[in-house]
Order: sequence, then structure tokens, then C-alpha cells
Amino acid sequence: MSVQSIRPFKAAAKDVAANFHGQQVVYFCWDQHLMFYAPVAKLLPPDITFQAVIDTELTPTYSRHPDFARIDWAAVQWFKDGEAFTPVLDTSLAGNGITHKTAVHFKTPGLNGLNGNGF
Amino acid sequence: MDMSVKKKLGLKEKYALMTRNLGWEPSYEKREDVYPLLDYEGIKIHDWDTWEDPFRLTMDSYWKYQAEKERKLYAIIDAFNQNNGHLNVTDARYINAMKVFLSAVPALEYNAHRGFARLGRHMGGVGPQVACQMQAIDEMRHCQTQIHSISNYNRFYNGIHDWKHMNDRLWYLSVPKSFFEDACTCGPFEFIIAIGFSFEYVLTNLVFVPFVSGAAYNGDMGTMTFGFSAQSDEARHMTLGLEVIKFMLEQDPANLPIVQKWIDKWTWRGVRLLTIVAMMMDYMLPKRVMSWKEAWEIYFEENGMSLFKDLARYGIKVPDCVEQIKKEKDHLSHQAWTTFYAAAPMTNFHTWIPSDDELDWLSAKYPDTFDKYYRPRFEFFREQAEKGERFVNPNLPQLCQVCQIPMLFTEPDDPTQIAYRQSEHDGEKYHFCSDHCQHIFDNEPEKYVEAWLPVHQILQGNCFAEGDDPSAPDFDPIASVMKYWHLENGRDNGDFAGSEDEKNFAAWRGMTTSNT
Ligand SMILES: [Fe+2]
Ligand SMILES: [Fe+2]
Repeated sequence: MSVQSIRPFKAAAKDVAANFHGQQVVYFCWDQHLMFYAPVAKLLPPDITFQAVIDTELTPTYSRHPDFARIDWAAVQWFKDGEAFTPVLDTSLAGNGITHKTAVHFKTPGLNGLNGNGF
Repeated sequence: MDMSVKKKLGLKEKYALMTRNLGWEPSYEKREDVYPLLDYEGIKIHDWDTWEDPFRLTMDSYWKYQAEKERKLYAIIDAFNQNNGHLNVTDARYINAMKVFLSAVPALEYNAHRGFARLGRHMGGVGPQVACQMQAIDEMRHCQTQIHSISNYNRFYNGIHDWKHMNDRLWYLSVPKSFFEDACTCGPFEFIIAIGFSFEYVLTNLVFVPFVSGAAYNGDMGTMTFGFSAQSDEARHMTLGLEVIKFMLEQDPANLPIVQKWIDKWTWRGVRLLTIVAMMMDYMLPKRVMSWKEAWEIYFEENGMSLFKDLARYGIKVPDCVEQIKKEKDHLSHQAWTTFYAAAPMTNFHTWIPSDDELDWLSAKYPDTFDKYYRPRFEFFREQAEKGERFVNPNLPQLCQVCQIPMLFTEPDDPTQIAYRQSEHDGEKYHFCSDHCQHIFDNEPEKYVEAWLPVHQILQGNCFAEGDDPSAPDFDPIASVMKYWHLENGRDNGDFAGSEDEKNFAAWRGMTTSNT
């Protein structure tokens, strides 16, 4: 126990998966596109497919950006908790190893924000 | 009756009677039972009596000075009210800076009161007990005067009609709230380093300059007066913070690494909290006092460093995080304001795109970064707004587990890349905005896993308005959260241009300067 306390105490993590009623939180970030200022937190069922996440979550989230329509999805580089990975599109989040509070980031080489400046 | 006339006591004797003579050694209770919080943090104090209260303030002089200050303050607040002082501010955008201040700070003052009242009980010597009790009373006074000042504004302007309710719930207000709750749940020694030293001593000017001078520059007499009234207590508070840190370091060499760890932690916690102050200085004061970068250079890099030089003889080193803050000073305020601009539907104040003059001021103050990175962002926002497509990011952001700020900060050496840090504890993943927040978590994960992060609370369904049914087919989660916050979207927030605040201010000011 690292915490110093006057009597024994058991920490109760506030955001364990069980508190989200069968869903899980997944964070997404389109790197180099700070127009959206921070990664977004989405509440998703673990069995939603990766393709469905792109279509029903990422598209409405990011399509306002002029770069979005030009994304070559086959060339997108994906990262899961900082490690590069290749998602299987018709497989669920769980099947892609994306669990509660995983951070998913993606880079779109050649599309680095307005004027290539990260925005 | 036997009446003997006693000689009037000198100040020194009075102080001695009030402090040393009020302390006694317990005879039938163990000292550690009377003062149960003094050992568990690992700080060793061998002789409490060597602690010297630099002010040796006595109750009668304290009441006299404070009462005088209160009389002046309330006379000015009355005059401010009777003369519609709010109409003298430079421009009604300024009032949004007050909304941020009044939403966040009175609760901090109250928590400072609670923290120091607890220390007044738990410190091991009568000298520090009395000094902490005095500060507890001061902090209560600051809280009260600020609450009274809210009514100067919330009768006329939107967004701060329910500051206490929002302070406990609204996402961005969890940043200051959790900062103080972190401090109040520390032991007494860490609390005094956190608040008395890091916050009040190292960072205090960076808090006061924008508010007090900012108010003066922008014609806000009411705020200027309560600001000065509070600031006149600060000399005492700062000295207490500094004396206590020196006392700890002099008492035992084993205290040094513990104190250093706390200084590192709380300097970073404080600077993260000041992100919003940086934004106020550079964007929210129509008449600027100085830029955030200039304030940081004067009050931290110059004044703060000379303080650390003073402490070097005790072995205290400048916190590592200072290197990162130096790099961030060119970016912080711009990243914060673009965030609040894009998050407009979730706040309780108005935002705007800086005018051309203001953009030029920012270019001049931030020659290395503003034109390259940030001006194009405002130009894009402006273009969108002119097309009738005002940019909004309606998504809930990921928050840092420690500072609770959205993960908006970029890598210290790459302003185009968000900084992500991640740790695991007990099989759960935790995310941070920076090395320093991650480090704070890794030192005490059991504390921060309990953080009430507004975004996760919303997603758990804990922040919907009472009576709303999330399973109903027409349930609108965003609308329900707004209702839970007691906010009306578009009235309490959104663009300043076209707002009720803007219209009212113009109409009322018109009535004071013309006959129609
Ligand atoms: Fe205060
Ligand atoms: Fe953080």
C-alpha cells in the first residue's frame, strides 16, 4: 500500500467496468487534429464491431474536419494504448483486444491537420 | 471587593499568554492520542517550541484590523451596487472572467478554511496552531466576501445563478474542486506544503495579478476591493507557509526528501490549475494586464527562482516540472481557450473569437507560436461562424485521472501532438496528461483511483436530472445533464456575440449615457 493513512483503508476504484451497466468506456483520438482539443470518451458495447465504431462513432465525431473526407482508411495507422495494431474491421472491440478504458489513437499520414499544422 | 489595578500588558506578553500559556502537556492522555495526525506522514518534529510565529498576532489587534477592512470593503460594495458599478467595466465580455472566478474560487476559500481549521486543531505546537486558526478565519472571510460579491453580477448576468450547485457538478469545476479535496485529504504537513507553500507562496502572484489588477484595469471596483481585502492577508499566509517549511527542514534531515516530494507534486498541481488563469489573462480581460507568459517569467522564473535559491541551503531543489512549464508557457492559454470555445455548450460562461486587435496583441506577445499554430485556428473558427456553422465539439473529452483537465495538453516538444501517459493499477487502466500527473498517481494510486471524474460519472448515468428516465424513448442525455447542472444551453453559455448578456449590458449602459 503506497498511500499513507491513519488506519487501514481499501481504495474503491470509481470507474471499474462493472459501473458502466454492461458497456465500456473507450477513448479515441485522431492525432494531429487538435480542432477536437482532446481524445473523446465513448460508451460502447463490447460486441460492437470495429467497422461500426468507425461508421457510427468516429465519422460523426470527426467528419466536420476538411481532412476527414480524404482519409484513405486502408492507410490509417492505428494504436492501442500506445502500441501499433491492425484492427480486424468486422470483429468486435473485445475481439480486437479493446477493453474498458483502452485508448485508441489513429494517424492519417499526409493528413496532418489544417495547413499540416496539427489542427 | 479587593480590586488591584494591573499594568497594561505589552503585545509580546499578550501573545505569550494567548499561545504558550494556552498550551499544556497532557497528563492523563497520551500526547499521540491528543495529536493523532502528526506521525503518519513520516515528518519528524523534535521540538515544537522552537517554532516562531513571525507575526505574533494578538486577537485584539487582529479583530481591529480585520473589522476595519470589512467596513471599507462593504462600504465600497454598497456604493458599487447603488451606482450600478457593473456598468463601468470595460466591456461585458469581462464579466465572463468573473463568472469563472466566482464559480471556482469561493469554494476553494471555504476548503482552505476547513483545511486550516483542522491544522489549528492538529498541529503539535501552540504557535502554529494559533497561526493556522487565524488563517482559517481569514479564509472564511474571503469565502464570505466573494459570495456576497456574486450578487453584484448574478442579478444581471447569466451563468452564475447557482454557483455552489455547479461547483459540485460541472465538469471543468471539478479541476479546482478536486485540487483542494486532494489537499484536504492529506496529512497536516502535506496540506500546509500544498496550500501554504506551493499555492500561496510560489503561485500566489500568478493568481492575484489577473484578478486584482485585471479588475482594476477593467474598471471593476467591486472585485478589485474584495481582491485587495483578501490579498492584504496573504503576506501573513505566505510567511506561515514559508516558516513551516523551514521549520520542518530544520527539525530533521529525514524530512527533506518528503518535503521535496510534496513541493514537486504541489507545484505541478498548482500550475495545472492555473491553466484557466492563463486563459483568463490572455483572452478574457478586454484590457490586458500582461500576458500569461510575461507573468510566468516575472513571478515564477524570477521571483520563484530566488525563493528556491533561498531554500537551496536546506537541500531543496527546483521541481523537475519547471522545465516542462517553461516549454508550455507559449501554448497553455491558447490551447485552453480553443478548448472552451469548442466546448461552448458545456460551460457556464460565454466565449468569443478574439478581435483583430487582440489577435495582433497575441502575435506580439507570443512571437514564436501564435501566428504559426494558433492564429489559423481562430481564423478557421471565425470563417465557420461567418458561414453560420459555428464550430462545436459536442463530445465528452477524456480527462486526466489526476488533474481532471481534459487531455488537451500537447507533448512538451511537439505542439501538434497530444501527450498521452498511461499506468495500470489493480488491473485497471489510468490515463494522464503528463509525466508529472502520472508520477503523482504512481506514488499514491489508491488515492486517485477514487477520483470523481465528471465524464465517467456522466457515462455511468449518475448525472442526469432528477426525474428523467434514461430508458425513455425520447431521452436526450445531453439535455438531461444540462438540467442536472442547472444550465440553460445558449443562454448561460455559447457565443458572447448575440447573448442576452451582451444585449442587456449595451441597453443598460445606453440608459446611463443617453436619454432614450
Ligand atoms: Fe484566501
Ligand atoms: Fe493531468
